[in-house]
Amino acid sequence: MSSYTIILFSSIIMYIILALSWNMFSAPTGYISLATAAFFGAGIYTTAFLGELLPLPLLMLAGGIISCMLAVIVGAVTLRLRGVYFTIFTFGLVELLRSLVLWAEIKFTHVRGRFVVSADHMTVFWCMAVLLILLIAAIVLIRRSRLGKSLEAIGESEDAAAHIGVNTTAVKVAMFAISAFAVGAAGAAMATRWSYVDPGIAFNSMYSFMPVLMAIFGGTRSTVGPIAGAIVFAYLEETLITKFPSLYMIIFGLIMVGAILFLPNGIIGLIKPPVMKLIAKLPKRRVRQ
Amino acid sequence: MTTFLNILIGGLIMGGIYAIISMGLSMQYGVARILNVSHGEFIMVGAFLTLTLSKAGVNPLLSLALTAPPLFLIGFLLHRTAYKRLTTVTGGGGAFEGNAMLISFGIMFVIQNIALMIWGSSPQGYQFLVQSVKIGGSVFALNRIVVMVIAVAVSIGFYLFLSRSRIGKSIRAAAQDPVAAALMGVKINRVMALCFAIGALLAGLAGVLLSMINQINTTMGMSYTVIAIIVVVLGGLGSIPGSLMGGFILGLVGSAVGYFEPSLQLVAYYLIILVLLLVRPKGLLGR
Amino acid sequence: MSGKIILEGKDLVKSFGGRHAVDHVDFHLNDGEILGLIGPNGAGKTTLFNLISGALTIDSGLITLFGQKISGKKPYTICRMGIARTFQAAKNFPGMSVYENLLISAQFGQKNVGASAAKTITDEIIEFTALESFIGKNIKDMPLAGQKRLEVARALATKPKILLIDEVMAGLNPSEVDEAIGLVRKINDSGITVIMIEHVMKAIMSVCGRIMVLHHGQNLAEGTPEEVSSNAGVIEVYLGG
Repeated sequence: MSSYTIILFSSIIMYIILALSWNMFSAPTGYISLATAAFFGAGIYTTAFLGELLPLPLLMLAGGIISCMLAVIVGAVTLRLRGVYFTIFTFGLVELLRSLVLWAEIKFTHVRGRFVVSADHMTVFWCMAVLLILLIAAIVLIRRSRLGKSLEAIGESEDAAAHIGVNTTAVKVAMFAISAFAVGAAGAAMATRWSYVDPGIAFNSMYSFMPVLMAIFGGTRSTVGPIAGAIVFAYLEETLITKFPSLYMIIFGLIMVGAILFLPNGIIGLIKPPVMKLIAKLPKRRVRQ
Repeated sequence: MTTFLNILIGGLIMGGIYAIISMGLSMQYGVARILNVSHGEFIMVGAFLTLTLSKAGVNPLLSLALTAPPLFLIGFLLHRTAYKRLTTVTGGGGAFEGNAMLISFGIMFVIQNIALMIWGSSPQGYQFLVQSVKIGGSVFALNRIVVMVIAVAVSIGFYLFLSRSRIGKSIRAAAQDPVAAALMGVKINRVMALCFAIGALLAGLAGVLLSMINQINTTMGMSYTVIAIIVVVLGGLGSIPGSLMGGFILGLVGSAVGYFEPSLQLVAYYLIILVLLLVRPKGLLGR
Repeated sequence: MSGKIILEGKDLVKSFGGRHAVDHVDFHLNDGEILGLIGPNGAGKTTLFNLISGALTIDSGLITLFGQKISGKKPYTICRMGIARTFQAAKNFPGMSVYENLLISAQFGQKNVGASAAKTITDEIIEFTALESFIGKNIKDMPLAGQKRLEVARALATKPKILLIDEVMAGLNPSEVDEAIGLVRKINDSGITVIMIEHVMKAIMSVCGRIMVLHHGQNLAEGTPEEVSSNAGVIEVYLGG
């Protein structure tokens, strides 16, 4: 494979990971999170700080753990908030972290950004592929577990769930943290893509929006949906964004509006029955009794 | 004294503008249940229309009247098309609110990038009333004083319009209890579209005012959206008096923090809201 | 029937924006009884249920279960300690089948309930509440009486010692009310202590051993059905004095 292909594949995998992570928390619970960019940025900064000390897999682990801890703190505070309050908060978090990190860098290190170690494209690709496999395995396992069932109950009715003995706060925070782990790990690996990062690059709210769009466009009710959405948009982004950045963003916005208004079950919901049969063999939502 | 006056005037300018955009957002969320993230883009469009008009020789003060109708119309049409369809798709409720916000994100990208294609990405500005005036021994640019007066007047005037006029009363009725308001003969869908449009109009006015005192650029929208959201949460989602008060509070705090440590302004805003959400989740004057 | 006190509330206060919804209320529940909770709309009955079940936190006062303080605990803890409740406007999991609704309640209602134990409980509750014909159905396809029964069944699946029933008879026809009364008796006979809020007087008078009347968030009267129905204050409130 040419190095361009490897880079393209790595970034497709990255978006699949982000979209699946978003979907595993937000789809069952109905809490729309825009914190993905915060966790991704935390991963990037982990590598920016520790890049020279640790090999890539350990950097990913460290990035995952740091994002995870951030998610636990943020989740414990904000997951008591319902509906749009939660979304606002997660969105603001990205802005807050960007401003805070920028302020801290200028104040204490007197630089705006920092250089990041580079890694071999193939290594990054394989690390991301392994992370994706682990993530899909986790999604399948969680869906069948008590955690998965309680998440689903929360999405259906949070009050009813609380009154039949589901510790709703703990469940939400746990799932939020798990999804943040994958995002942080992905951020740590992808950080090597940039030779230089500053808070504006690392905490870019597009990394919050892209996964939402990808999952909604693909269909949030299955695991295949976000994957399909991520592939489509990662490819579109790669081919369009450098040549026609504004046009790409206009298309992006229009598809986002269109998908919500006209594709309630995503493109996966549109695919004809024979294909659906094939898809049914892949991991998907537990069959209802 | 100079420090104090600087903070006060800066605070009243920002407070008035924040109050205007926040009341606009509050109309959109309080009545139409749309937390409109593209709000800041309407501010940006208002600012750039003023810039374009001023290059054609139109006085920016006149732009206040000229930019209002088209932005009102765009807001109205947006609601009658996209958001009305969303109501039928989701059947209202929590699913509507979440998706409405996502749609507004999509609209944000569209407006912002169309603007980028038209006006480019570099900061721009024009000269307006740059002569200085002396107040209490300190020197201020006349444009800041004019903007301060207009911003304060518009924000308080709009609040009075809502609380006194007939249209304002039916809007408030619709915000408090849509079902009852519908029974009382308020055309609820029309009122929602009207509120969304008024929100767009107020954003446009704020944009015109901002362009008189600041450099503007096509990516400025989001930071104002964030501020409007913060104020609206601060004042209680959907509470108009809360937005008015919250706007001035945030403007004054922001002006004070910004005077000493400009890079921490947004951090200060965010901390205010963090503490508030923990202590009083319904906002200052939330229902 | 009157055993020892198992649930007790002392001097409970809850206000919303300056209005006292529950205003210095005392109550107690004896082991094994059915306590009726009545009063005009807005008297604070459902608020009291919300305080007991942890849906709302009390402003002041103390609630104890078996002598242990439960006020301030979260709903899921209180559920696991043995208090289950129904909601006036049914709160269930609409996207799940009737069977799944009960299964999930059985799974989470008590600690350490495994998958097979949960199934056993679910089957047992389905039989107990006669929901067999609805097992695989969507909730929205059920008749109102069935939905109300499911609401009770969901609470029972958590294996409570105390059941709080909030108006499960509203909107039912007379024969359905009789069935519901039968179910409440059956629940009580199986050893579960019950507090019920109800506007259907016939039900209250026939099943409750003791009745408590709330008015404007305060205790108005308390006693056997006969005592309460002859209480001058109660008559005034109900018949419009």
